[in-house]
Amino acid sequence: MLTPKLPLLSRAFKGEDRYRPHGDTGYALLPLRFLRLDTRRYIVSSIAGDYTVLTNESLHALVRHTLSPSDPAYEALKAKHLLIDSDSNVAVDLLAAKLRTKHSQLSQLTSLFMFVVTLRCEHSCPYCQVSRQSQDRSAFDMSQAHADKALDIAFSSPARHIKLEFQGGEPLLNFELIRYIVENAAERNLIHGKELAFVIATNLALITDEILEFCKQHSILISTSLDGPQSLHNANRPRPSGDSYERTIQGIQRARAVLGVDRVAALMTTTKASLSQPEAIIDEYVAQDFHSIFLRGLSPYGFAIRTRAFDAYHMQEWLEFYKRGLAHILKLNRDGVFMREEYAALLMRKMHSPFPTNYVDLQSPAGAGLSALAFNYDGAVYASDESRMLAEMKDQRFRLGHVETDTLTSLLTSDSYLDLIASTMTECMPMCADCGLQPFCGSDPVYHYATQGDVVGLKPASGFCHKNMEIMRHLVTLLEDDLDARRILMSWIG
Amino acid sequence: MKQQATLLHAPIATRLTGDPMVLRITRDLAVDNPHVHALLADANAHALHYAAHLTFGNEEPTGNRVCLPEDLSYLAEGDIIRLDPTLGRIHVMYRAASRNNAVFVTERCNSFCVMCSQPPKTRDDSAMTREWLKAIPLMSEETAELGFTGGEPTLLGDLFLELLQCCKDHLPDTGLHVLSNGRLFNYLSLARAVADIGCGDIMIGIPLYSDIAWRHEHVVQARNSFDQTIRGMMNLARCHVPVEIRIVLHQLTIPRLPQLAAFIARNLPFASHVALMGYEPIGFGKANLSALWIDPAEYQGQLEEAVGILSSHQLPISIYNHQLCVLRPSLWPYARRSISDWKNIYLPACTTCTIRHDCGGFFHSAIHAHSQHIVPFTLPAVPS
Repeated sequence: MLTPKLPLLSRAFKGEDRYRPHGDTGYALLPLRFLRLDTRRYIVSSIAGDYTVLTNESLHALVRHTLSPSDPAYEALKAKHLLIDSDSNVAVDLLAAKLRTKHSQLSQLTSLFMFVVTLRCEHSCPYCQVSRQSQDRSAFDMSQAHADKALDIAFSSPARHIKLEFQGGEPLLNFELIRYIVENAAERNLIHGKELAFVIATNLALITDEILEFCKQHSILISTSLDGPQSLHNANRPRPSGDSYERTIQGIQRARAVLGVDRVAALMTTTKASLSQPEAIIDEYVAQDFHSIFLRGLSPYGFAIRTRAFDAYHMQEWLEFYKRGLAHILKLNRDGVFMREEYAALLMRKMHSPFPTNYVDLQSPAGAGLSALAFNYDGAVYASDESRMLAEMKDQRFRLGHVETDTLTSLLTSDSYLDLIASTMTECMPMCADCGLQPFCGSDPVYHYATQGDVVGLKPASGFCHKNMEIMRHLVTLLEDDLDARRILMSWIG
Repeated sequence: MKQQATLLHAPIATRLTGDPMVLRITRDLAVDNPHVHALLADANAHALHYAAHLTFGNEEPTGNRVCLPEDLSYLAEGDIIRLDPTLGRIHVMYRAASRNNAVFVTERCNSFCVMCSQPPKTRDDSAMTREWLKAIPLMSEETAELGFTGGEPTLLGDLFLELLQCCKDHLPDTGLHVLSNGRLFNYLSLARAVADIGCGDIMIGIPLYSDIAWRHEHVVQARNSFDQTIRGMMNLARCHVPVEIRIVLHQLTIPRLPQLAAFIARNLPFASHVALMGYEPIGFGKANLSALWIDPAEYQGQLEEAVGILSSHQLPISIYNHQLCVLRPSLWPYARRSISDWKNIYLPACTTCTIRHDCGGFFHSAIHAHSQHIVPFTLPAVPS
């Protein structure tokens, strides 16, 4: 530790009293919001997302303009641009630059385009949101003509990075169309020169050497589903032969052998059976040589609602599952295993990096449409993957148009879409506008519409709000109180 | 093992008269432009058509013959010297074989940093600056990097821009590294003017000592300098001129070092490089030694935390002027051998150290202060 001592500069120099602001000029508050962290403390955040944690006493003093410059909280608040005094006025310029940077993804417009190349699937998972068991290709496959029109829309976006994601159903059941779209997009990109990425979301059961060779040739990323250990995965994902896990693991190994370990990603979904075993799920990911896992709850869309799978557990149960899982992951890191939880990593970036993130469900205004568009198998265009799932429940609230009749401009400037955008800015949404976590959060109009029948929703009744507030509070608490956890969480920002 | 700094200034014996001359050294007896060359040759050489004829030893200076002390025997083809016949001085301006060449632009400065290693002077030294306009065209086009140091180079105004233009014209592939306090880039017009010259590879290294304005201003002894420096950095970034942030570690900067790192990551994420620099106990750094010095072994915690924050935001980091034996091993990947060759030394204790060749060593001024925890490593650097 340093021994505090008063530096004595030689006489040619002025002491710190000549520079420290004097007198009772006081301070002004910069735009800020606050939220109780726990019984002792508050989170205070700026419009640009700088935040600090204050004791109750310091917060009370801050807002009453009685906080002393000698209070240790004073300089933290000043450096984080939550208050301003006569010392410096560059904070306003910096806040403006940070606000502009934080929202810079808006000038890029839509960058993620999902292609539902087929609704057909050979699995029959009870929580699945959309899939059909059908042999009828014409009824549930996207046509080449629609794919062409969809590519017109994607390439008209000003975004420098464009990601095309192939969804289903099981998209490999219509691999011929994937091949057509990828080759067509690659050719168009010779002119556009965008950074173009492809992802296939597949259960890997139908993977072949030919498909993998194609993926390698076009640097296509594979995203698959792995729910946990064998018994859990197979219970969650029934196939007639009961071997979903074996096929998935084989598929992962096979895909990695051709594409490289880091070109295959996996996603898990939490079911009621998962709740008791976060550690086993995470250990399965470690055993399969994954270095990250995204702990995801069930979504209230599609068949998940019809089969009541979504109601199988309460948000609070899932949050306990999440916290147990995160604790296990932190322990793994302490023991030298590099493992990252993707939702925590995302929130860490939102809370600490000045740069925007592209996660669609935590944007303000909502990312549905502005960040992502989904082209359904029938050519209809939806504001997000979830929107088209809702459409399978015969609710067309988030149908923006159709590839045959619309352009990117007409899709994003329709009155109904602009209404949606205007009502999903957390800066002015009821309750969000006053929340200390506003700069890190976002709005999910589809979720709120599906659960409350309203795109804004009532926040105290919102599972989305409950989940995000509790996880963010949990992360801030870890960052404040657990130095080891702080070191690990900070390393996830990059 | 070097325990002495390299001599760059020396008295000479000469009969030449007149204004100081900036000359390129050659051993070539038939250069095209002998009037800007000093011929390095033995006393019998026919060299009267050269601007000067350099010899070693105790030859009588006659005609244009100049006798140099043995300390300058390292002088070689392509080096550039300034000969001042009136004062009888030679100054080595540029060494072709060195990677640490610097243009010392001016001794004037608008700050007065408490640990300045090169205390500012107030006299007008623009005549010295103009000599660099003669030296730069004589430098090798192969020069990898050229530093600009002072003093505050931007105080020269148009002359500063002229120097950059001269580098662009004569050294198009040379990386330029300009040390500035950044305050005058508060004027967007200056940042634009630098950007408009269009040097291919330029970086402006600007110090920032605190996230709190008055604490920074205490270190640089200049009111309002914090806002000027921050706005200067923002203006440079706006004009796409790369900015490096430099932090000297001492009593006034260590206590809030992690907070400063977080401030940089949030507010100045455009920084191309962050340099964390050990204290140089010379100049004001020597005068204020007792007030400012901390043994680096005592601030490893703050340094490690600051590096952790900066690296988690993917900012490129270097630790300068630190010895490996006082740095925590987690910081070794960031340690650079940064001390300019001419003032870089090692201590007698380093003689037996097995990783000395990976270690940056010391400033020659370390005789005034160095860590009390200098311990030679005795094991092989890489266990076999």
